[in-house]
Amino acid sequence: MWAQLSTHLQYWFIAILLLLGLYGILNKQNLMKKLMAMNIMQVAVIIFFLTLGQKAGGTPPVLIKGVEGAEAYVNPLPHALMLTAVVVSLSTTGVALALLVRIYRHYGDLEEPDVLRRLGK
Amino acid sequence: MRRLSWLVLVFAAFVFFFAAGDLPAVGDPDSPPNTHVSPRYIEASYKETGALNTVTGVLADYRGYDTLGETVVIFTAGIASLLILGWMSTKEEENHP
Amino acid sequence: MKPPFGSIILDAAFRLMIPFILLFAVYVLVHGHYSPGGGFQAGVLFAVSVILVRLVHGRDAAWGVSRKGAVILACLGTFIFGGIGLLTVIFGGNVLDYGALPLGPHEAEVRAMGTLGIEIGVTIAVMGVILTIFYAMIGKED
Repeated sequence: MWAQLSTHLQYWFIAILLLLGLYGILNKQNLMKKLMAMNIMQVAVIIFFLTLGQKAGGTPPVLIKGVEGAEAYVNPLPHALMLTAVVVSLSTTGVALALLVRIYRHYGDLEEPDVLRRLGK
Repeated sequence: MRRLSWLVLVFAAFVFFFAAGDLPAVGDPDSPPNTHVSPRYIEASYKETGALNTVTGVLADYRGYDTLGETVVIFTAGIASLLILGWMSTKEEENHP
Repeated sequence: MKPPFGSIILDAAFRLMIPFILLFAVYVLVHGHYSPGGGFQAGVLFAVSVILVRLVHGRDAAWGVSRKGAVILACLGTFIFGGIGLLTVIFGGNVLDYGALPLGPHEAEVRAMGTLGIEIGVTIAVMGVILTIFYAMIGKED
């Protein structure tokens, strides 16, 4: 495992970021904090895909005159797909925030035990 | 419950760190994601789509149908949030305990 | 949004910034073929400028997009995108195959123009959706 320290370090950091989001979703009581943790997980997935598209010494995928060949540019496909993912993340966050506002107006609280207690009543 | 969540986290950590070892090295130009279809995108994008920015070419031309679905997704999200929060009035909710 | 939270400093600062944000949004939109940028980013920039005006000046802002206008913009953007897809079918191509549009002899240029068309649609849709979500959040004090 330690032999891969120079080539796989980035994946480990992404795993830590993903675990941080998972920890927030599982262990936090506040629904707003859960939403933030979900966003952290989304960012981790986005960075993971962008990392897969990296090439050593590649420039961003905007073609420059005089620089030819596929090896000179990083992979544009993850960038395009992750642009989609960012926008979907925006829309899920928007809908989730709307639901949170609705819950807050109805129950006056965003703490999960309180909301569950009043739901059961 | 709290203990179970930590168990899940430790399990997930093991899975992630072992799976990371099987991924291609960061920055490897010959890794599978970098050799499948992206060289075609980089080399032919300007000739075929007229966009120097390859990401725009891929997003709007090669995968335009994808982007159409994406636009519909955010449109749906906007309408959904509007419907969740009420179009104009929130009056009946204020009376609710 | 009842009392606008703008002080005189915020007012002066945003008055200076908003034209440049709008100009930058237009640049990001139309220059998306040649530099990083595109429809989504431009839409967010447009929406941010409208939201800033709204936040600083409150209800009596001199210009902006109304609640109904935001929904109309969101629908219009999606409609432009779908309409261009339909046009390409009418002119005998596949869905979103811009080469079929009768805009000129060079196929790459025609495709670039078609791409610009859907980028404009995406910009309007994103701007409308973000403003819709914003107006839904701030409640009914219109």
